[in-house]
Amino acid sequence: MQAIPMEFYLILSGILFTIGVIGVLTRRNAIIIFMSIELMLNSVNLSLVTFSSFMGDAAGEIFVFFVMAVAAAESAVGLAVILALFRKKQTVDVDKINLIKW
Amino acid sequence: MTLEIISFVVFALLAIASALLVITAKHPVVSAMSMIFHFFMLAGLYLTLSAQFIAVMQVMVYAGAIMVLVVFAIMLLNLGDEGKLRSGFNFRKLVAWFLGGALAVQIAVLLSNGALSNTAISEKASELGTAQVIGGELFTNYIYPIEIVGILLFAAIVGAIYMAKKNLPTEE
Repeated sequence: MQAIPMEFYLILSGILFTIGVIGVLTRRNAIIIFMSIELMLNSVNLSLVTFSSFMGDAAGEIFVFFVMAVAAAESAVGLAVILALFRKKQTVDVDKINLIKW
Repeated sequence: MTLEIISFVVFALLAIASALLVITAKHPVVSAMSMIFHFFMLAGLYLTLSAQFIAVMQVMVYAGAIMVLVVFAIMLLNLGDEGKLRSGFNFRKLVAWFLGGALAVQIAVLLSNGALSNTAISEKASELGTAQVIGGELFTNYIYPIEIVGILLFAAIVGAIYMAKKNLPTEE
């Protein structure tokens, strides 16, 4: 039915996860770091949907649904934390946010 | 047959390009816009995997709800050019790219070792991806997880409202 092998989707998922990791490591803007975390969550979702479709099992897509719900909760709380930090410190540079750094 | 390959290649290349733009763009708004584009490309990839419900959820939840929050946060924070936050090429960036490359090599080695026998999408996939099947599973076999997710979302809303309140004591 389909000519695209499973490995292609998994390689794409690995590339996107690596891009997300590099984004978290290189950027210092808290919002960009937040979006890089979303990139990583999405790449994992892609591999879950791939396994679900190729194995013919709905469990992978159910897990993607839960990952999306948790990502929505995480984004609401994370952006509220960034807003509160910006009010306190007037910056979103994660190097300057060192309140609990010993 | 060829249409599937062409759509996969186009969606995959555009997804990688927009993901790279997210982590390299100077202005946060450019990052947010290319992130929305990335979510649409991923929804297209889900469609090539015949997961229709997840593709629609991707557009509604990620491109609709989450990115609206991010764009609102950028607007409230009034972030301009990130000029003073960037320091060009430095040692830390080099280490970060090295670590990212090492991770990519690890993933590639793991993928090349695994013996994946499934070469085609299962015939059941197109009926698995419908809202009917996923909703049926969610409200029968996964009823406790979905109730817990409801509690988690409620707690997140309350926590977000408390954290974003204006009258928190300021430090300086």
